[in-house]
Amino acid sequence: MRHFDVEMSDLQNQLLDMAGLVQKMIQTATEELVSRDPSQIDTVLSLEKEVNIQEIIIDDKCLKLIALNQPVGADLRFITSAMRINSDLERMGDESLNVARMSLDLIKYPEIKPLVNIPKMIEIVQNMIIDCIKAFNTSDSELAMSVLSKDDEVDALRDAIISELKTILIACPDSDTVQRATDLMFIAKSIERLGDHATNICEDVIFMVHGKDIRHPRA
Amino acid sequence: MSIIEIKKFNLYYSDFHALKDININIEEKRVTAMIGPSGCGKSTLLRSINRINDTIDDVHTLGAINISGHNIYDEDTDVDELRKNVGMVFQRPNPFPVSIHENVAFGLKVNRIASDKRVINEMVEKSLKAVLLWDDIKDKLRKLALSLTLEQQQRLCIARVIAIAPHIILLDEPCSSLDPVATRNIEELIIKLKEKYTIVIVTHNMQQAARVSQDTAFMLMGKLIEFDKTEKIFTNPSEKETNDYVSGRFG
Repeated sequence: MRHFDVEMSDLQNQLLDMAGLVQKMIQTATEELVSRDPSQIDTVLSLEKEVNIQEIIIDDKCLKLIALNQPVGADLRFITSAMRINSDLERMGDESLNVARMSLDLIKYPEIKPLVNIPKMIEIVQNMIIDCIKAFNTSDSELAMSVLSKDDEVDALRDAIISELKTILIACPDSDTVQRATDLMFIAKSIERLGDHATNICEDVIFMVHGKDIRHPRA
Repeated sequence: MSIIEIKKFNLYYSDFHALKDININIEEKRVTAMIGPSGCGKSTLLRSINRINDTIDDVHTLGAINISGHNIYDEDTDVDELRKNVGMVFQRPNPFPVSIHENVAFGLKVNRIASDKRVINEMVEKSLKAVLLWDDIKDKLRKLALSLTLEQQQRLCIARVIAIAPHIILLDEPCSSLDPVATRNIEELIIKLKEKYTIVIVTHNMQQAARVSQDTAFMLMGKLIEFDKTEKIFTNPSEKETNDYVSGRFG
């Protein structure tokens, strides 16, 4: 194996490790929300620091691979995709931290209502993330395509959650309700953004495999 | 618009089949790069465009190379006229061991393009200006061309070609004997020259092909594997062999 190929393989493994950290952050943050366990935020905070360090290390590795090897073709597409995926993973870490922080505030109060749609959103988004990472690891563009359509389900659930919360706010606009509803809206928004980042990663996988840019189809 | 149409072109060195069914349309006023590992036939193909291969014994060809609609392998082709229209610059600068002025004026005199001294001087100046050499050497035109730096010598060789007003310039690894700065300067010149000339360049340096050309042909074992826009060849080539070659996995 050429030295360059070893370096490329290391890059892929580093991204997969980072993806593992982000998946753990999402799992921990959502567990904090669903099981109303405030102790989980410490784990999320510590994982976020690791993810941020990984982002810098991976970016640096990509820059050096480009500068020192002048990659072209599939190698160039892999590295540029890796840089974008790196950035999306870091943003996913940030959104997970947002969920954990909002949940910490939310669980100080009694439940505004039982969580129904949010756990559904979480499940879909977690599966999207598992699939997008698998698609990246195996260069499976068909799997990546299949993830894209799931984003609509996530968006629809977010809209349903916000609509439901608006109805609650109109019926009972006291300060505690406003606080809890706002927290839940931000949480729904953050989970929906996690789905968006997963779709971004899938678009990068498709670019990486076929050299076809499918972002912004109406642009 | 295609100025060079290579159609089912085959070339044999005696029994050796060096070029196999090559089809390429080369566009006017663009730089076309030919890349591929040693022995793939890229220089042979380049040299076929002005029939320099004719000078080698036992070479025979099949198919056609049309330049401005005329097959240069037709029997009625005037090879001297062809080479005036299709100039060539080689790997190592090869100025004649005469003065800088004489080097550029040589083609004008031999081809009887000009005989009047004043006209020749004007054409020499124009050619040297075109290769951005004039300002550096205008006061030493009578000096030996071999006293110039290698980069200047290569510019002079390009000026010598330009002087006889070709439409097409063939460059066979024109920077392989130059240092990186001189290479970059010649590349800048190539980019500038494409405004007026159609340029075909053979290079071993893939980054050079990527920097200077708009179209790239990848050849392997006498065959054309892929011909496409340079940006496509270097970002998303259609053929696996092309991707393997441009990413350094073989060759």
